Amino acid sequence: MNRFAELLDRLAYEPGRNNKLRLITAYFRDTPDPDRGYALAALTGALSFKHAKPGLIRDLIVDRTDPVLFGLSYDYVGDLSETVALMWPKSSPSPACGGGPGRGSGRLPGGEKEPPPVSSDSAGALPDDPTSPASGRGKEPLWPVSNLHNNPPPPTLSEVVTTLRTLGKTDLPKQLARWLDELDETGRWALLKLVTGAMRIGISARLAKTATAALGEKDPHEIELIWPGLAPPYLDLFAWLEGRGEKPVNRDPAPFRPVMLAHAIEDTDFASLDPTDFIAEWKWDGIRVQAVAGRDEHGHMQARLYSRTGEDITKSFPDLVPSLHLPGAIDGELLVLREGRVQTFNVLQQRLNRKVVSPKLIKEFPIHLRAYDLLGDDENDLRELPFAERRAHLEAFVRKLDDPRIDLSPTVTFDSWEALMAARADPASAGAGEDAEAVEGVMLKRRDAPYLPGRPKGQWWKWKRDPHIIDAVLMYAQRGHGKRSSYYSDYTFGVWTAGEDGEQLVPVGKAYFGFTDEELLQIDRFVRRNTTEKFGPVRHVVHEPDQGLVLEVAFEGLQRSPRHKSGVAMRFPRISRLRWDKPPREADRLETLERMLKDVTAN
Amino acid sequence: MTTKHRTAKHRKQTAYIEGMRPQDILIPAAAGLCCKPGGFHIDPVRPVERAVITHGHSDHARAGHGAVLATQETLDMMRLRYGDSFARSTQAVRYGEEIALGDVKIKFHPAGHVLGSAQIAVTCKDTCIVASGDYKDAVDPTCTPFEVVPCDVFITEATFGLPVFRHGDAAAEVKKLLASVALFPERAHLVGAYSLGKAQRVIALLREQGYDAPIYLHGAMEAITRYYESRGIALGELRLVKGVKKADLAGTITLAPPSATSDIWTRRFPDPVTAFASGWMRVRARARQRGVELPLVISDHADWDGLTATIAATGAGEIWVTHGQEDALVHWCKARGLAARPLDLVGYGDEEEHEVVAADEAEA
Repeated sequence: MNRFAELLDRLAYEPGRNNKLRLITAYFRDTPDPDRGYALAALTGALSFKHAKPGLIRDLIVDRTDPVLFGLSYDYVGDLSETVALMWPKSSPSPACGGGPGRGSGRLPGGEKEPPPVSSDSAGALPDDPTSPASGRGKEPLWPVSNLHNNPPPPTLSEVVTTLRTLGKTDLPKQLARWLDELDETGRWALLKLVTGAMRIGISARLAKTATAALGEKDPHEIELIWPGLAPPYLDLFAWLEGRGEKPVNRDPAPFRPVMLAHAIEDTDFASLDPTDFIAEWKWDGIRVQAVAGRDEHGHMQARLYSRTGEDITKSFPDLVPSLHLPGAIDGELLVLREGRVQTFNVLQQRLNRKVVSPKLIKEFPIHLRAYDLLGDDENDLRELPFAERRAHLEAFVRKLDDPRIDLSPTVTFDSWEALMAARADPASAGAGEDAEAVEGVMLKRRDAPYLPGRPKGQWWKWKRDPHIIDAVLMYAQRGHGKRSSYYSDYTFGVWTAGEDGEQLVPVGKAYFGFTDEELLQIDRFVRRNTTEKFGPVRHVVHEPDQGLVLEVAFEGLQRSPRHKSGVAMRFPRISRLRWDKPPREADRLETLERMLKDVTAN
Repeated sequence: MTTKHRTAKHRKQTAYIEGMRPQDILIPAAAGLCCKPGGFHIDPVRPVERAVITHGHSDHARAGHGAVLATQETLDMMRLRYGDSFARSTQAVRYGEEIALGDVKIKFHPAGHVLGSAQIAVTCKDTCIVASGDYKDAVDPTCTPFEVVPCDVFITEATFGLPVFRHGDAAAEVKKLLASVALFPERAHLVGAYSLGKAQRVIALLREQGYDAPIYLHGAMEAITRYYESRGIALGELRLVKGVKKADLAGTITLAPPSATSDIWTRRFPDPVTAFASGWMRVRARARQRGVELPLVISDHADWDGLTATIAATGAGEIWVTHGQEDALVHWCKARGLAARPLDLVGYGDEEEHEVVAADEAEA
């Protein structure tokens, strides 16, 4: 458990993806079975046990510490698990160790003066005498030894996971307390994060699987393919990756298939492309999913919904499962439809990342699958077929399903790139009708392209609609993380509005990408030279009508937000250009954004 | 400074020395902790006639006093920082040496904080007050170990005066650093550490772990580190990082003042891993706020267990708590039947938060 805790601890601070992968792979290499398997399960969210409530943890600590000290500590640290992990009293096997093992004298506080342990008039301390309180901490290296004598060794991750699976609710507090006694600070922190189900260390299941694949120099797609057939502690998986066993076979009736992705098209690409080679369809602004159904060995239909990275998200969308009543694998877009009309991404967002899906939520945000492609039809794998043929299979499949929650994404007819450009500019009159606002752009797919995993060159292209653009003024800058930690790379920008004291800037968003490395250097230099105040890591950058930096900000959508002072929130904002030429007074006004918002919601 | 400095005013005071209260011996004043019967201040934050200094950190050891009494190391550090004329006169004191000042006797005892750091025991008649300055009771290869001094009133710092602060074994933290260097051989490891004391301790700990490659230094650390070496503390091969090619810094360890580790200065390193050696690193939010990727819990201050064990071990019945988290420690003392109060002294703090590297040093 302590080794796993060390990994989590390090991952929690590491900003770089590649470095995270290195850390996880190194852990898998150094850690024996079955611990590493349970770690993989923990990182991929594949562990299932009933989580402990924060109240239980609080009760444990309140029983063991002074409530005033706990209160002050919790205020300071701000996180319950961490506070408890840090201040959990060291288990003292004998009362003689009252002052904490391995340091100081064992004198009880408040007692009358005893003869001093070290003569007060001896000139120097006695550094070599390990029993002298003067070098009290010199004993500390002995502490693990005494630990062996008096306490059981700290639990392994396997022990924690397997015990939690079967442990009754009433036994949990006692068991947790025992483990907390046995673990070190980091171990206790990780244990509490694990049992409360609040790891939040920025690791996706996909990342953990990629790190696992690196152990055997395999393609992560291979792991995705067999993943649904695997179970913790994944002994067969690790055996295969280390060349000690056969590749595990996926017997899952509804497996995930690695997703095919598109390249963004550039203006210069069109010259070499022939419109007749392509089929175009709308790119919907929802989330890309794979909906798979198949019969298990008992003949029961199993249906699963996967994200494009292969994460099983079925539990978040139980309302879609009954619609997947024919064996097959659909590649499509998850949307919210109300009265047959596609809602914006902002509406769909209410359904995302929910652990519990209430009937109210299902009713208010009815989920819908819009189908792009068919990868499997019953037992047949269609991925080798050209897209045009798969499209025909898809049309037949959706007809056969005959379900109101699943429909076909229409193709867009065009005979020239100019025609397609016109359709992309105005989807409403090119077939998207009232759903036009949910169109993000168009997709171009080669008629003869097989379904290939990853982002193969020249097969699929995405051609997004032009983003919304405003000119905003840089107001605050904050340092970035990792490689960017010496740069001011996170920018808060604002637009003008009429305030009580005349014209003022109101922050409308934050962006930390979109600029080139060279532009980053330029902004960083500007921030350093034009800082008016510092608040911790944040710099207040000059923003007056005649002084300051105007940023052209591109964004995908706009939403009302009571959490923001301006009342609006942007989706996917990024810096598209630096407007050194523009004085801040000429930047956009809040009214402009409000008008855009009205346009969006009115449609 | 000996008994001959005694003034008429001091002689007058002897009249009521019988039945003296502790606050008649030492009292917080604007300039710092003032000993009226001895005619001196301890670690004064403003220029005073006579100053007794616990250790060389800049918030405790300031320039501009008349006479300064401190250990040889502390005086040397002050000279390094402020130049030869940092005080009108100086006197070096050894640990255990007793000196009479006015109506009191003072004695220096090792504080284990940094090289030359001392606790100052002030005895007046039968009452002994120990002003411990900053201290730690953990092992440190670069300074004399902390010594418990029995006393009636113990003045303790409270930098880490909350039970969440437990520093653990510094060697384990250094192993964490070395494991990271092994895992990322193509990256540079940049360790933020306070220039006086922490940096040398981290280097010594690295050497104890058998790390024998050259260790690189930020220019601001050179003088003080060389001074440590001159006092017989072996630190192995040290090089200045200035002028070293970026590619040559892959797989190396560089020590730098904390403020430099998030500065433009870091751009000379290949994909640096930012570490920070400090007791504050125990709390995740603090580490994250500073953009630290590899927090190392290595502190030169006593942690909660160290503070409470020391308070108990001194046998003092009255505890005065200064700079830091006074509330929690005062509460702890009172719960154990000890008289305790916060001592409102201003101007001291966590040196790491205050260290500012001059622009020319930052480029070094």
